[in-house]
Amino acid sequence: MENKPQITRSAAGASADSLLDVDQTYREQAAYYGRFLWRDKSGIIGLIMFLTVVFAAVFAPWIAPYDPLEQNLRESKVPPVWQAEGSWDHILGTDNLGRDIFSRLIYGARVSLTVAFFGVLIAASLGLIIGSIAGYMGGRIDSVIMNFINLILSLPYLLFVVFIAAILGRSLINVILIFGITDSPIFARVTRGEVLRMRQSGYVESAISAGARWPRIIFDHITPNLIGPLITLATFEMSAMIFYEAGLGFLGLSVPPSVPSWGNMLAAGRKYLQCCPWIAGAPGLAIMFTSMGMNLLGDWLRDVLDPRLRRSRK
Amino acid sequence: MSKVLEVNDLVTKFYTLDGVVNAVNGVSFDVEDGETLAIVGESGSGKSVTMMSLLGLIPMPPGKVENGEAIFMERQDLLQMTPAELRDVRGGQIGFVFQDPISTLNPILTIGEQISETLVKHKGMSKNEARDRVIELLTQVGIPDPDLRYKAYPFQFSGGMRQRVVIAIAIACTPKLIIADEPTTALDVTVQAQIVDLFKRLRDALGVAVIWITHDLGVVAGIAERVLVMYGGRPAEIASVKDLYESPKHPYTVGLLGALPRLDSRESKRLVSIKGAPPDLLIPLAHCPFAWRCDYAFDRCWEEIPPLIEVGVGHHVACFYDMEKGGPRNG
Amino acid sequence: MQRYFLSKLGQSILLLFGVLLLVFAMVRVTGDPATLMMSRQASPEDMEEFRERMGFNDPLLVQFGRFMSGAIVGDFGNSLHFKTPAMPMVLDRLPATLQLAFTALVFAVVIGVPLGLIGGFNPGSYIDNIARGLALLGQSVPNFWLALIMILYFAVELRWFPSFGRDEWKSVVMPAFVLGLPVMGQIVRMARSSVLEIRGEDYIRTARSKGLERRTIYTKHVFRNVAIPLVSVIGVQFGYMLGGSIYIEAIFAWPGMGQLLEQSIGWRDFPLVQALAVFTAVVVLALNLLTDMTYAFIDPRIRYGK
Repeated sequence: MENKPQITRSAAGASADSLLDVDQTYREQAAYYGRFLWRDKSGIIGLIMFLTVVFAAVFAPWIAPYDPLEQNLRESKVPPVWQAEGSWDHILGTDNLGRDIFSRLIYGARVSLTVAFFGVLIAASLGLIIGSIAGYMGGRIDSVIMNFINLILSLPYLLFVVFIAAILGRSLINVILIFGITDSPIFARVTRGEVLRMRQSGYVESAISAGARWPRIIFDHITPNLIGPLITLATFEMSAMIFYEAGLGFLGLSVPPSVPSWGNMLAAGRKYLQCCPWIAGAPGLAIMFTSMGMNLLGDWLRDVLDPRLRRSRK
Repeated sequence: MSKVLEVNDLVTKFYTLDGVVNAVNGVSFDVEDGETLAIVGESGSGKSVTMMSLLGLIPMPPGKVENGEAIFMERQDLLQMTPAELRDVRGGQIGFVFQDPISTLNPILTIGEQISETLVKHKGMSKNEARDRVIELLTQVGIPDPDLRYKAYPFQFSGGMRQRVVIAIAIACTPKLIIADEPTTALDVTVQAQIVDLFKRLRDALGVAVIWITHDLGVVAGIAERVLVMYGGRPAEIASVKDLYESPKHPYTVGLLGALPRLDSRESKRLVSIKGAPPDLLIPLAHCPFAWRCDYAFDRCWEEIPPLIEVGVGHHVACFYDMEKGGPRNG
Repeated sequence: MQRYFLSKLGQSILLLFGVLLLVFAMVRVTGDPATLMMSRQASPEDMEEFRERMGFNDPLLVQFGRFMSGAIVGDFGNSLHFKTPAMPMVLDRLPATLQLAFTALVFAVVIGVPLGLIGGFNPGSYIDNIARGLALLGQSVPNFWLALIMILYFAVELRWFPSFGRDEWKSVVMPAFVLGLPVMGQIVRMARSSVLEIRGEDYIRTARSKGLERRTIYTKHVFRNVAIPLVSVIGVQFGYMLGGSIYIEAIFAWPGMGQLLEQSIGWRDFPLVQALAVFTAVVVLALNLLTDMTYAFIDPRIRYGK
């Protein structure tokens, strides 16, 4: 796999196409992608990393040894277990208010994944609508929408997110809305490209000439072809949103300070960098872990589902 | 007459993630000086890979030429050449025309640049010397205003005009052989005819041999002298065009000819297509690759690979069934 | 070519208008800009006086007219914190930010482009694995966090570089590295995947069929085609850095526009925030125009208006 990946992949892709040409059951397809997954080590590593974070977020109350909000000033700034003064009571130590960092990290995964998931959901839905309109209508409407989208994408994204967040104030809903809306142009662009490509490709034309109605065409032909690129893009964008959320939190612009999010933990730990580096260290590593997992997963998904998608903003 | 190219028992495989693709499994043929040989087969029959692997134009890895020899100009084996020697042959003594003229030209270089490149490499010309020759070539392939067009980019040409540019590249160094890989497939029907005519004219003027790779037997009659029909990475039948059309010996050739729409036939015969799918090249075969789709297949077809045998003067076929006799072939 | 340039210019101006509209509307979207800008302890009288002074009591259209006519000459009002005009302060910070972003870009391009190209030409090789690893790291490491770690190690522990400020040449090393790292990752990926893609194009096979040397094929046919997406990604990334520098400048107390933005958000000094947002947008739009021009220079399809 690691030798000459491009050539082997495209060759495998070619034979994959010919395999999928023949009527295959879903189980056969699943088995095929499964084989692919096992072959690509980085893909499975990414998937495991991502699932670990999802697992932590979903089962947070059962995994976390402490209440993430419970303060205990007598046990504040306890270093992690591998340091001399550390103890097994607090594996990753405690913060300045004596809160258990490990528990806060696990609950922080909830915040990050909630923002990423719903943010992408909104962005993808909006993008799907705008992109399909542009793709279907074509002509003037398409060129106006696309020019507009390309220009928005060329603006300093982060700056405007910070600007809007500063005005709207700190709440989870606001953060999700900001990301959801500002990220939708990327999804619109990809959707539009796919819709356009499919409209021009032979099989949709033949479906139309065979008398198929629009809803049928959308469900049978367009949707399945959109799912691949959109899932790939969603993976990368979720990773980016986890980043941005932490960045906003770092500036004190994300969820309220009482919520144990990774960004808030970073911001709080920054003040105790010299005495207790583990306070800021842990959330940073958590973000890195999640982001790396999702990037690996996204790369793999792109290779398997969509060899065309190349660029997304970062 | 001497032979431009003689290929013996070529075997090419692709080592992909899905397994070993047996793309070419023992192909032999030859091309005489100034002759046009058509290689016909459906996609996946190994017709392109055969030619591309001779000249190191398949990606290696995953591709690998495992066996065979390809004697060029009765002197040197292409498969034994060093990369540098092979580069001298490519473009210099063998020209290429590919299928899709839209993608075969570099979008950001002028066509003058793209044609003169090959002259600079093989004829040792300077760019200025090459320029005159390029304009001459452009005239030769029928491009109007060659002086102006020298500086134009591929996107400023139509598909047919681009294919003329590609042909100009192929003939630039007056090669001995041109390999044309489905040169008309991507073009409109009217343009197709023009390109075929151009080819014939240039071939006769330059006395160059041509290997014309196609999946369309209809085009073949107009341009080729001999035909090699390939199936499943193996030769199925080799014959002169006349013999092949008048007395095809391989059931697959018969099927291909039956699938041809005939303009001259009175009754509107329905298009016959050959049923079934081409063989999965991932599985090495121990029997005739066409047996699955063959109406005449009998026990032996499932037990051995039919060798290529001569059934007439210059007419070879790889089949155990004798269609004239209506039963298995002797021996 | 001229039409292309003019249409790009027109689009940029249109977008700038959009940015101004957004900046104007966002401050008013919560209903009362006074509550947004004043501290919570302000008395109702103070609030009213503030509204009157800022003209927030006028009809929206009048406010918008005033805002736009000011914006055209670069007047975004006085900073609430400094009580002086906002725009000159922003301009004051421009050199520092450009220095940081430019150094970071040079670092990202000088390391990223060769690494990506070599990786793309020899996929699976030793260097390719390093390139891919670095790209992944650049994309996965939160750079504001990395900045903290680097300060801790290289400034506090080893004392190689100053931990903040912009006093000596050494000052720019750490912020530029941290700011450039994700950009470098992006460039490596882009260069690598473009090479891989273009290597497989039909016209490269044509070039090989002409018997050209490997080197000629790479320099003449591959590089120039790779340069097209690369230029665009570099342009986009430079814009990204102008926005992303907010964290890095805040952490390293780098006296640029990002730091000023972070501070002015803390002070709720929205005239200053507005001026910063608009001006950054102007810089980025100008950069985009430059990118588009470079694009046209490399790609004849754009030059001839295809």
